[in-house]
Amino acid sequence: MRLDQVPQDNDYLMEGRTRELCYAVDEKGRYVRVLSAGWEPKNAALIQAWEQVYERVKATYDDVLAGKKSPLAFFMAKRMFDVKLLSAYTNIPKRKIKSHLDPDCFRRLDTETLKVYAHALNVTVDGLLNGPRPIDVPFRTEKAGR
Amino acid sequence: MTIDFKHSQSAHCENGVTSSLLRHHGLDISEAMAFGIGSGLFFAYLPFVKYDGIPTTSFRPLPGRIFKRTAARLRIRMVRKKFRDKEASMRALDETLGRGIPVGLQVGVFHLTYFPAPYRFHFNAHNLVVYGKENGQYLISDPVMEQPESLTYDELMRVRFARGLFEPRGHMYYLRDAPGHIDVASAIIKGIRKTCRDMLTIPIPLFGVKGIRYISRKMSKWPSKLGAKRAALYLGQLIRMQEEIGTGGAGFRFIYAAFLQEAAEALNNGRLEELSQSMTECGDRWRDFAAMAGRIIKNRASEQESYPALSAILSEIADRECRIFSELKDAVL
Repeated sequence: MRLDQVPQDNDYLMEGRTRELCYAVDEKGRYVRVLSAGWEPKNAALIQAWEQVYERVKATYDDVLAGKKSPLAFFMAKRMFDVKLLSAYTNIPKRKIKSHLDPDCFRRLDTETLKVYAHALNVTVDGLLNGPRPIDVPFRTEKAGR
Repeated sequence: MTIDFKHSQSAHCENGVTSSLLRHHGLDISEAMAFGIGSGLFFAYLPFVKYDGIPTTSFRPLPGRIFKRTAARLRIRMVRKKFRDKEASMRALDETLGRGIPVGLQVGVFHLTYFPAPYRFHFNAHNLVVYGKENGQYLISDPVMEQPESLTYDELMRVRFARGLFEPRGHMYYLRDAPGHIDVASAIIKGIRKTCRDMLTIPIPLFGVKGIRYISRKMSKWPSKLGAKRAALYLGQLIRMQEEIGTGGAGFRFIYAAFLQEAAEALNNGRLEELSQSMTECGDRWRDFAAMAGRIIKNRASEQESYPALSAILSEIADRECRIFSELKDAVL
């Protein structure tokens, strides 16, 4: 990659917090370090990954409204936790977490357990208990600042 | 207390931490040099290790290896610790900072507050340096950020005990002492030999050049086997591994080329300079690959741009790298 080929395709994915350091060759063929604001193909791959997450969040949201899954399932999808990861963070057995994905089981949960889940998933206990609101569902890939 | 530590940005977190810790102790090792000596270049396709149901590709060895190898090859004694107890890990950190030693930490990025949100996945192999504590805030030199950052006690403890794949478990490391004289030349040669071995001779077809050939063969069948959507997801994951923050572009190929250029000077070996150029050309082909793959993901590919075309590029890259590493091995005999 030559110095003049270093891409500056800013899709605001780094939120203006930083730029990325790249290595490129100058006109004398020497390697120099230069900052890049982003690159189209890699932005596309990152946006694709998020769209995948959001698709799952939307599907889970519909399931929660239809009474098929508990709000816990929704916030897990939103924060990208699977049962194994949530179990690791909370020390709650996987088997129990699976049962709490069921709306009836979830309703009977005590406040202590709810607190543990809420902390791990970065929501308030009320937010978790009352279930997702439409505003919790991202309607497109979030691009801060746009 | 604040240690007089110079924050410097780098392409890859682990090389960056390695380089800036060494520089702090008066050893002038650049990021590219740390990467080369630590044999950071690699390729592995792991179809049975799935991230979100998609096979993983790695362009680097396991987290922690680069630092460990660089230190060992320069004959520098280092201290590495992992913890069960969260509080104990923070006490150990405070105590080491108190002795005036900057500390490298492995952390997860999901809870890393200053990180750009779109990059905060459950990824645990990130590295940073803590160089002080002021008013309850830990001073952080994160090599992928342009500026120094800071974290509170709780925030830092949380990222040090992130869970999931490659759990850091409070992993901290620092230099015990720095020798006055280091033998860079022999370290470079050891580093290059290891990389050549990794890329050429691992007798499992998923690693090194063989791994690139393997994924190239599989890729042409992705659309028929997986359907257009999943195939695009597989491709997306591959590009992210190749180009994401931390590789310096083209799956570390450009950093490696920069290393070869520095090594050519250090060893006074003109052959390495030529191989650096070949490596740059090879990196450009990886970029061509990513550019085409990006258009396929966005459904903007032209007629000629298809999975078989991508597969052909990878196969060409495998041939190039096979030649480069064979010649490299002979160049440092």
